[in-house]
Amino acid sequence: MTAVEPTNATKVRVGDLSVFYGEKQALFGVDLDVPANQVTALIGPSGCGKSTFLRCVNRMNDVIDGCRVTGSILLDGVDVNDRTLDVVQLRARVGMVFQKPNPFPKSVWENVAYGPRIHGIASSHAELDRIVISSLDRAGLLKEVQDRLHEPGTSLSGGQQQRLCIARAIAVSPEVILMDEPCSALDPIATATIEGLIDELREKFTIVIVTHNMQQAARVSQRTAFFHLGEIVEEGETGKIFTNPTDQRTQDYITGRFG
Amino acid sequence: MSLLLATLLVLLVASAFWTGRNRALALAADGTSTLHSRPSYHGSWVALWCGLPALVLLVGWLALEPGLVDAMVVSALPEEVRELPSGELARVLDDARRVAAGERTAREPGPEVLEAARQLGRLRTYAGLAFAGLLLSVAVGGLTWARSRLRPDFRARIRVERAVRISLVACSVVAILTTVGIVLSLIFEAVRFFALVSPAEFLLGTEWSPQTAIRADQVGSSGAFGAIPVFLGTLLITVIAMAVAVPVGLFSAVYLSDYASPRTRAIVKPVLEILAGIPTVVYGVFAALSVAPMLREFGEGLGLDVASESALAAGAVMGIMIIPFVSSLSDDVISAVPSALREGSYGLGATKSETIRRVVLPAALPGIVGATLLAVSRAIGETMIVVMAAGLAANLTANPLEAVTTVTVQIVTLLVGDQEFDSAKTLAAFALGLVLFLATLILNVVALTVVRRYREKYD
Repeated sequence: MTAVEPTNATKVRVGDLSVFYGEKQALFGVDLDVPANQVTALIGPSGCGKSTFLRCVNRMNDVIDGCRVTGSILLDGVDVNDRTLDVVQLRARVGMVFQKPNPFPKSVWENVAYGPRIHGIASSHAELDRIVISSLDRAGLLKEVQDRLHEPGTSLSGGQQQRLCIARAIAVSPEVILMDEPCSALDPIATATIEGLIDELREKFTIVIVTHNMQQAARVSQRTAFFHLGEIVEEGETGKIFTNPTDQRTQDYITGRFG
Repeated sequence: MSLLLATLLVLLVASAFWTGRNRALALAADGTSTLHSRPSYHGSWVALWCGLPALVLLVGWLALEPGLVDAMVVSALPEEVRELPSGELARVLDDARRVAAGERTAREPGPEVLEAARQLGRLRTYAGLAFAGLLLSVAVGGLTWARSRLRPDFRARIRVERAVRISLVACSVVAILTTVGIVLSLIFEAVRFFALVSPAEFLLGTEWSPQTAIRADQVGSSGAFGAIPVFLGTLLITVIAMAVAVPVGLFSAVYLSDYASPRTRAIVKPVLEILAGIPTVVYGVFAALSVAPMLREFGEGLGLDVASESALAAGAVMGIMIIPFVSSLSDDVISAVPSALREGSYGLGATKSETIRRVVLPAALPGIVGATLLAVSRAIGETMIVVMAAGLAANLTANPLEAVTTVTVQIVTLLVGDQEFDSAKTLAAFALGLVLFLATLILNVVALTVVRRYREKYD
C-alpha cells in the first residue's frame, strides 16, 4: 500500500454508465471519478462488469456486436461517445494493456513503432527510433532486449512480452492507460516487475487497472472501486477500502468470504 | 446366392458378438473373479475371429476363382483343343464364358466351345457351393474357437484395440500402394518414351507436333516432341488464373472474416462455395461460348487481334473457378489469427484497414501463401476449361490474346483416338504426365510445409 496522496484533478469522470450486451445488462448506472496521475484499481468477482467498464473508456466495446452504452464518460470534460471525437484519436489518448500479452508477430522494434507510425507521430526514422528506445526504456525492458530489437516480439518471455505491450502502449504518449488484469498470465517475479513499473508510470500517466488479486490492488493503487453485479458498491482511497470498508459486501469480498 | 451368403455371414458375426458378450457375463456372474475387459470387448473379439478369417477367404476367392475355374475347364477339354495356340485357346474360353452367360458369340460356337461352356457352368456351381460351405465353416469355426478361449482374465480389450490398429494400417497401406503404383506406371511408360525421344529434346525443344507415321510412306509426320511450348502454355494460363483468383479470393476472405456481419457471412460464404460445386465442363462452356467471343469483340473494338480461343478467356474463367478455393482457405487462416492481436491494434488507435494490412495479413501470410500454392496446383491440373476455351495449337508465345495449349490438354488429345500403344505419340502423354506430376508434387510439398509452419505458431 502506497501512502495516501492529496486527490488530484479528475481525469475521467463517469456518470450513470449503463452497458447492454443485446438483452443482457452488464452495468447499472455506474458513477466513478478517476483522478489524474494516480492508479485506480477495479476489483470484484468475475462477471461483475469491471472489464466492461474499462472497455467503455476507450470505446473498445464498439467492435462487439449488439453492445449499447448509455450515460457519460468525460475525458478532460469531453464525452468520449461524442460524435465530434474520433475513436482513433481517443485510443491514442487512452491506451490499453490486455490480460494476455499480445505482441504482434513482428520484431520487438516494429511492435513499439506500430502506434507512432499509424498516428504519424515521428517525422523521421531517427525520431521514430528515439521514441521506440525511450518507450522500451520507460517500460523497463530496454536492458533486456537491447541486442534483440530485431528478433520477433513473440520470442520474449511472458513477462517481457507484457512489458513490450506496455512499451507499445506508451509509445503513442497516451494520457490514460487501461490495464485489464495485466499480470494474471504471469509468474510472481514478472508480476512484481510490472507492479514496480506501474508505480513509476503513475508520474506521467493516469492508470486504471482491473485485478483479481487483492494484494496487487493494495500494493499498486491509490484508489479502489469495488464492483459487484454491475454496480459499484464502494469506492475510495485504497487504504480505507482495505482496512475499513463501510459496506458488508466489500468486507466479505476482500477477506475472501465470496467471489 | 451371394446375397444370401453375405446375410448369413453378417448374422453369424452379430451372433458371435452376442455369444461372446454373454459368455463373458456368465464368467463374471459367479462372483469369484472380475473381468479384465468389459463384456462388449469379449464380444467384439469373438466377432472379429468369426468375421475376419471369412473376409480374408472371400477376398482370396474373388481373386483366384476365375483362374482356378479356367484351369479346370481347360484340363477337361479334349487334347486337340488344349494344343491350340494360346490366343486361340483364350478365344475358346471367352466364347464359352459368353455361352454360359447366355450371351451371343461372334462366331457360331463349335462343339468344343459348347462342351467348355457346359463344364464351366457345372464347375462354377460346384465351386460356388463348396466355397459357401467352406466360408461358413470357417466363420463358425472361428467363432467356436474364440468363444472357448474366453476367461475372466482374458485381455480382450487389448487384442481388439490391436485389431483396430492393424485394420487402419491396412487401409492406409492400400491408399499409399495405389499412389505408388500410379507413379511407377508413369515412370515406366515415360522411360519407354525417353528411349524413343531423348530427354534433352523433350525438355528443351521448342516445337511440339506429336505426329508419328502409322505407315512408312506417310507425309509430314516426322514428329517433334519439344515440350517447352506446352509447359509455357500451362504457365501462362496459370498466371492469368492466379491473377484473377488471388486478389478476388483474398479480399472476399478479408471481407467475410473481418467486415461482414454474421448474417451476411452466413449467406455469402455458402454462395461463394457453390462456385466450387459447378462442374468444370460448365465453366468450359461458359469460357468458350460467352467469355471468349466477348473478349474477341472487345478486342476488335480496341483494334486488337484476339484469337477466338485465347489464353485470356480460359485463364480468367479458371481463375473464377478457383476463387472459392482461395477465399475459403484464406478465410480459415485469417479467422485463425487470434482476436487478441486485432484488439491490441485497435487499442492503439489503428483503423480496421490498418489493422488488417499491418497485423492480420502479415500474421496470416504463411497460411495465405500455402492456400495460393494449393490453388496453383489446382490450376495446373485443370483440363476441361482449357480444352474448350484455349485451343490446341502449341504456340510458343507469352501473349494472352493468342491460342495456347497446356500439358493436360495435350495429354487428352494424345490419348484420344486410335493410335498404337507403343508409339512415341502415345507414350509422350506419360512423359508429360510425369513432369506435371513432379511439378504439382513440389508445389504441394512447399505449400504444406508453409501451412504447417504457420500452424505451429498459433496452436
